Amino acid sequence: MWDYSETVQDHFYNPRNAGAVEEANATGDVGSLSCGDALRLTLKVNADTDVIEDAGFQTFGCGSAIASSSALTEMIKGMTVDEALTVSNQEIADYLDGLPPEKMHCSVMGREALQAAVANYRGEVWSDDHEEGALICKCFAIDAVHIEETIRANNLTTVEEVANYTKAGGGCASCHEGIEEILTMVMEEAGETFDPEAVAPPEVTTTPETLVAGTSGMAIMKRIKRIETIIESIRPQLQADRGDIELVEVMGDTIYVNMTGACSGCQMAAQTLGGVQQRLIEDLGEFVKVVPATELPKAMAGA
Amino acid sequence: MKDVYLDNNATTMVDPGVVEAMIPYFTEQFGNPSSMHSFGNKVGFALKSARKQIQALLGAEHDSEIIFTSCGTESDSTAILSALKAQPERNEIITTVVEHPAVLSLCEYLEKEGYKVHYLKVNKKGQLDLQEYKSLLSDRVAVVSVMWANNETGTLFPVLEMAELANAAGVMFHSDAVQAVGKIPMDLKTSKIDMLSISGHKLHAPKGIGVLYLRRGVRFRPLLRGGHQERGRRAGTENAASIVALGKAAEMALENMELENTRVKAMRDRLEQGILDSVSHCFTTSDVDNRLPNTCNIAFEFVEGEAILMLLNKEGIAASSGSACTSGSLEPSHVMRAMDIPYTAAHGSTRFSFSRYNNMEEVERVIAAIPPIIEKLRKLSPYWDENGPVEEPEKAFAPTYA
Repeated sequence: MWDYSETVQDHFYNPRNAGAVEEANATGDVGSLSCGDALRLTLKVNADTDVIEDAGFQTFGCGSAIASSSALTEMIKGMTVDEALTVSNQEIADYLDGLPPEKMHCSVMGREALQAAVANYRGEVWSDDHEEGALICKCFAIDAVHIEETIRANNLTTVEEVANYTKAGGGCASCHEGIEEILTMVMEEAGETFDPEAVAPPEVTTTPETLVAGTSGMAIMKRIKRIETIIESIRPQLQADRGDIELVEVMGDTIYVNMTGACSGCQMAAQTLGGVQQRLIEDLGEFVKVVPATELPKAMAGA
Repeated sequence: MKDVYLDNNATTMVDPGVVEAMIPYFTEQFGNPSSMHSFGNKVGFALKSARKQIQALLGAEHDSEIIFTSCGTESDSTAILSALKAQPERNEIITTVVEHPAVLSLCEYLEKEGYKVHYLKVNKKGQLDLQEYKSLLSDRVAVVSVMWANNETGTLFPVLEMAELANAAGVMFHSDAVQAVGKIPMDLKTSKIDMLSISGHKLHAPKGIGVLYLRRGVRFRPLLRGGHQERGRRAGTENAASIVALGKAAEMALENMELENTRVKAMRDRLEQGILDSVSHCFTTSDVDNRLPNTCNIAFEFVEGEAILMLLNKEGIAASSGSACTSGSLEPSHVMRAMDIPYTAAHGSTRFSFSRYNNMEEVERVIAAIPPIIEKLRKLSPYWDENGPVEEPEKAFAPTYA
């Protein structure tokens, strides 16, 4: 059974705005029977003010598809068309208190139906540029097509690089076999051979000696600056998902951070922290623990 | 009200009698059966007796043909890999497109290793083409692996006949029988089946115990090497308590075999008829005249399986679905696709699987619960109009980019 939040369950068992809106002047259809989920969004938009006065959905799909559709209609009612277009799939997921990674595509479908409906209202033609492949990385919900395209666009050659560019494989690592297979395939297309032993070109120019010295001997300020730099380099990835991270305190081998934005309360916050920790361990060349700053008072009291 | 459990093809309740039989083997009879003292000796005798109980259920000629493993998957892997290792000059495998992932995933992996795998297709009822099968048998084939009964539809394959054909062609035959054992009578000594897999938790024994039946004289190479347990064919200290449990469960299955084919079958038939009579646009997806007595798979058109399961769960009813969403993959069940069940229905296929612990009262409860659930979901569906599917659903619902 999926670990659906209470909100997802509520929107599934008691869907809001189910059915087509009467006198609708915008319709957006996405999905198909063959993919197992399809959504028709109908809107009644005030032609003078561009305000969405009513929204309704008809969905063929699983529990989270129905819940995402229901949430979407609740969110956009009363918004102007332009405001509605700023609603991201992450916001739909957040509204539902999160979706399992395998189910994030349900929120994407909601957003696409909205774009299609708005295009329909404005008399434009909306084309879908979103292609979805088999889910490879379950920690960060990254699919095969996205990984393939990123490898091609950036000439990636190692699993580590793929993790750096897409986050895929940066969590539990159980999908590394799948990522290696995609690398093998894409590199073969380009006439290259995937070498599992190859090491990605180092991003940091610091010599290993100075890093190792850090374990016992790296000057305190230097070590903290190093940690800061590493965390800074991770932030863009999190910001892309509307989240953020900040360094709060360093005590021995424990690094306290604050997760903010979409990261706070995100189901995957723990996995994200795990990823950050892994990155710090690799870059610092010493073992460190990354824990939420909320743990800080406890540590103080304990000490 | 007690919840209704109709997902016995996924796993079964451990029979209280089975639990009772295994409990002494945790604290009282905890010895290692290989040890030379009385602690171990008694456990050794218990294993011997369990082996005999399983021998009786399978109708095996010798009790030494029973090898205990950790699960059905281990038995499947052991059988197929053994056949390949023992006959290095043969590099082909014959199996079917509707096997359990325990066999399919292994075969896909073996393809990457250079083996040639033939996947027998099925027709809309889930039946195999035996002519195609015959044409593929050759001295290049190391092993045929065909399931006895399909886990999703309950459809039975003619494994006895297929084993005869394989034997005549000099090819080893393995059957994944985890769904069939305990539900239909078997007499392996009169068959030409060389290897057969059992999983304990499908027949009211605990999870984590399985059996590989290995006919005497069949060339074998172990998967796990180490100690001399299971006559050197499966190293590792025996899971004594679970082996005793499986023995007891096998004995009980044999006693209840007739019940499975009368009372359990009657419940299944009543449920199926009740649903087909009260819900429009649904149909059974299996070879209805040739299937397990406990399994019923119904495809509800224009609704999605996970949504059905969630609403059923809310009513305290447990079933299972072949929809893509329940597994997290994007494709509906490979079994439904192989049977060419249209997408409109494949996503809504729902499996109800019984055990002898169900009763008719539960069946009536499910028959009453289903129609409003399907109606509710169809009302939400863009493919459904007031009383029936929209005309030409794929055209009426036209995504702009399609």
